[in-house]
Amino acid sequence: MNTNKNQPVVGLFITCLADLYRPEVGFATIKLLEQSGCRVEVPSQQTCCGQPAFNTGDYSTSADIARQTIAAFDGFEYVVAPSGSCIGMLHHYPELFEDNDPWKARAEDLKKRAFEITSFLVDVLKIDDFKVDATAPTFNGSVTYHDSCSGLRELGIKAQPRQLLAQVDGVELKEMEESETCCGFGGTFCVKYPDISNRMVGNKTQNIVDAGAKTLLGGDLGCLLNMAGKLQREGHAVEVRHVVEILAGMTDQPALGEAQSSVKAG
Amino acid sequence: MQITSPDFKQNARIALQDVGLQKALGNVKTGFPHKRATAMARLPEFDQLRDEARDLKNHIIENLDIYLEAFESKVLENGGHVHWCRTSEDARKTILKICQEKNARTVTKGKSMVTEEINLNEYLEANGVTPVETDLGEYILQLRGEHPSHIIAPAIHLNLEDVSETFHANHHKPKSMDPAVLMQEAREELRNKFVAADVGITGANFLVAETGSSIIVTNEGNGDLTQILPKTHIVVTSIEKVVPTLEDMTLFLRLLARSATGQEFTVYNTLSTGPRREGDQDGPEEYHVVLVDNGRSEMIASELREMLRCIRCAACMNHCPVYGAVGGHSYGWVYPGPMGSVLTPQMIGIEKGALLPNASTFCGKCESVCPVRIPLPKLMRYWRRNEFEKHLTPKAARWGIGVWGFFAKRPALYRQLSSFSNLALRTLAGKKARINKLPLASGWTDGRDMPAPSDKTFMQLWSEKQKNGASS
Repeated sequence: MNTNKNQPVVGLFITCLADLYRPEVGFATIKLLEQSGCRVEVPSQQTCCGQPAFNTGDYSTSADIARQTIAAFDGFEYVVAPSGSCIGMLHHYPELFEDNDPWKARAEDLKKRAFEITSFLVDVLKIDDFKVDATAPTFNGSVTYHDSCSGLRELGIKAQPRQLLAQVDGVELKEMEESETCCGFGGTFCVKYPDISNRMVGNKTQNIVDAGAKTLLGGDLGCLLNMAGKLQREGHAVEVRHVVEILAGMTDQPALGEAQSSVKAG
Repeated sequence: MQITSPDFKQNARIALQDVGLQKALGNVKTGFPHKRATAMARLPEFDQLRDEARDLKNHIIENLDIYLEAFESKVLENGGHVHWCRTSEDARKTILKICQEKNARTVTKGKSMVTEEINLNEYLEANGVTPVETDLGEYILQLRGEHPSHIIAPAIHLNLEDVSETFHANHHKPKSMDPAVLMQEAREELRNKFVAADVGITGANFLVAETGSSIIVTNEGNGDLTQILPKTHIVVTSIEKVVPTLEDMTLFLRLLARSATGQEFTVYNTLSTGPRREGDQDGPEEYHVVLVDNGRSEMIASELREMLRCIRCAACMNHCPVYGAVGGHSYGWVYPGPMGSVLTPQMIGIEKGALLPNASTFCGKCESVCPVRIPLPKLMRYWRRNEFEKHLTPKAARWGIGVWGFFAKRPALYRQLSSFSNLALRTLAGKKARINKLPLASGWTDGRDMPAPSDKTFMQLWSEKQKNGASS
């Protein structure tokens, strides 16, 4: 392994959903980071970002988890996650501490170092050409992109994934209507208000299907699980993947919610 | 009005199945956001004006007492009256007293959400004074015995056929589906009421401290007839509506019209400055301003302070996917959508209003379109915290967060549990790699499949990889 001292050292914040549902997303993120010249480590003391507690109003639990995450990522130049929502939560950490609490400054410091993967590649590392790399990914087909709310509105992620996708040979982007409208996942919202959530995701899948793309991409697994589950329940043949899978050229595994044996042709 | 906010979930379920309502809501979704976006695109400095408006509102709230007193002294100087009302009840009584002093039998009303907030119509009626709504939407609702479902388009939940039927039943004229004919009917009905009214009640979009003026903006002109024709004009409004100068007012007017309806300017912008003076050709003989507090001064001292910047444009609800799915009546009180989810718990109590600030995915669209940049998700989260700390959060949710938190704070235990639960769920899913029925998660699986988790977690795979890497 290259141990160049100028290599940025990145701590991967895997996020609980990628950890549990889609390890491939973690490996794809690592691959993208390493290809871009970073050294990646995965601190073992991480679990979840704490957003479920924060959005339920349980600030005490949120602060405990924040302290744990801050400590786990101490010393890393950057903290990167394949999720705008979880990085958005890390950016909320300073709100959990009083001004005179030393954890406040540490939370502010973490906030400055924490990036969503596509934003990190484009805004921090300024990767503007995958093609210089011999391992440049290719993909054969059309995609449509859902802008997940937290990434879009808390972190300003809109152009970055599209900019990166434009560098992947064979990708045709077909934008859907209302790509910026919430899919209805909303963390605990989808279990607290299932009827409303279900209606929202139904509106979303309609727009996805109308876009006519073979694959739905996004940057947040919560939203992707929600949309994949609805597309599958409605019997649509749209595949659902996290954007890093395409960017890293790791599309050999079945799409979200697809069985190993049911890989579709073409 | 009856508060049904505690039944939000039930209200929403019914609303989602209501074919007529869903059709009407489809119009909100395609209409307002598009118009706002077009208007915004034509004003390059729009975002800069939003910053200015936010800062100015903050300054006003900081100095609210000073501007209100300045406004009051100007009104008095102009020969008007100002009534300070701490509660809804104070306001109702004050308004009734003025009506009774004038022996009023009917009062015409311009559109006013504050009069909804203080439940004025029912109270006047119970005391022998007949209120007549003159805004077309409000007029339709009054005939139907309904309340507004939207703060600027009160009858947005209705379709043309509903209005046609309502007018046919009340106006005793041939049934028509022509909006122009229906409008003409309403105009004829209301014309006599305008002339006959003893008192005219309007709200105010803004109060101007430097001149002692109130302003209403309407697209129908009904407000003008309401405040000019009767002998007495009562302005019922809330304390945060005051702005320092006329010039400040124009900043908000530019933002308000564009954010609300996508207009560059509302059709009628009418200022009232005191009663008719010697030589004036029209205007009321008496001019009263009823200033309603109703919990607002408490908000100044709380984390909800930023909510007082609200100029009631309705952009937040027009862009809210939850409002768009369930409509305004589901929220169960006067103010719906994101702004209502912040205000309602303050006004009816968090015990009754708790479901509202929870009914948001925190998608942040509301904050992104707010002309005065109110952080609505943050304020809804404030209520969730308040609810949690008062132990009002439903037991199952509290228990769920407790159990989850226990493991999330113990990484090693968390890893053991997640490896185990992944395997269990994977086994349940079988070869399909997704689950279509899951106990305790039926809310999810009733409407969609649940993609199954991975056989092994990332952390398991990563540590295996590290070990293999080390040994090779």
